[in-house]
Amino acid sequence: MSLFAEYAISALLLFGGAFTLIGAIGLARLPDFYTRLHGPTKATTVGVGTIMLSSVIYFSALGEGIDFSEVLITVFLLMTAPVSANLLAKAAMHVSVKTMKGTEGQPWEQ
Amino acid sequence: MFDRLSFPQPWLSLTLFITWQILSDGVSGASVVLGLILAWLIPQLTRNFWPERPTFKKIWIMPGYVLRVLKDIVVASFSVAWLILSPRTPRPAFISYPLHLENPMAISVLASTISLTPGTVSADISNDRKILLIHALDAPSNQEVINDIYNRYEKPLLEMFQ
Repeated sequence: MSLFAEYAISALLLFGGAFTLIGAIGLARLPDFYTRLHGPTKATTVGVGTIMLSSVIYFSALGEGIDFSEVLITVFLLMTAPVSANLLAKAAMHVSVKTMKGTEGQPWEQ
Repeated sequence: MFDRLSFPQPWLSLTLFITWQILSDGVSGASVVLGLILAWLIPQLTRNFWPERPTFKKIWIMPGYVLRVLKDIVVASFSVAWLILSPRTPRPAFISYPLHLENPMAISVLASTISLTPGTVSADISNDRKILLIHALDAPSNQEVINDIYNRYEKPLLEMFQ
């Protein structure tokens, strides 16, 4: 494997790991349920995306031809993340989860 | 149920076929045969779950739209990451977004896009499908968020579907 590929893979892995970590920190730091929905659904998308990219580069650099199956992981994640976020939000409104102070507007009655 | 040997949703069938080729280890005779079977079977089985077939008008806008959404996901992820790490408390808001789209498929694409682009999650839709409830993590002003979504995402979708 070339040196360049190794650096690219390491950089992408570190970047993806950092983003996933920030998503997890957001889960702990943000004040209420609705704001916490944002951290994991978004930061992790980029995190998983870059980790997947480094996997594509790794297996391609090994010289077994370019392999795109990992891309599907990200595609499936992109398709399912909004649905789960939406269901979580609906469930939260159903049980009238409290919103943080300073939230503008109201969730709907279910 | 299998009244005829047809592909009720050619685009779905094509997507399934290509997905199967990528999933299987290299394109071979077996993967093509199985891919064709899946591309026929799955649309037939899920036929009743699809509300109505969307009518695409300008399908060629789609790749540009996907690229723009991907770029927005990356750019805006940084702002959410920054917001999480900065000591300032965000200013969240529930925003009622007036929908211009009518096709259920198009609305679900828009809602998914809103959820994927950081800073906003689509939470609910009114029963008459006219208003989308959005939760924004840090909204400077409601109108700005609404204008942003309309110009960036709903306009191209309107061109694509209606």
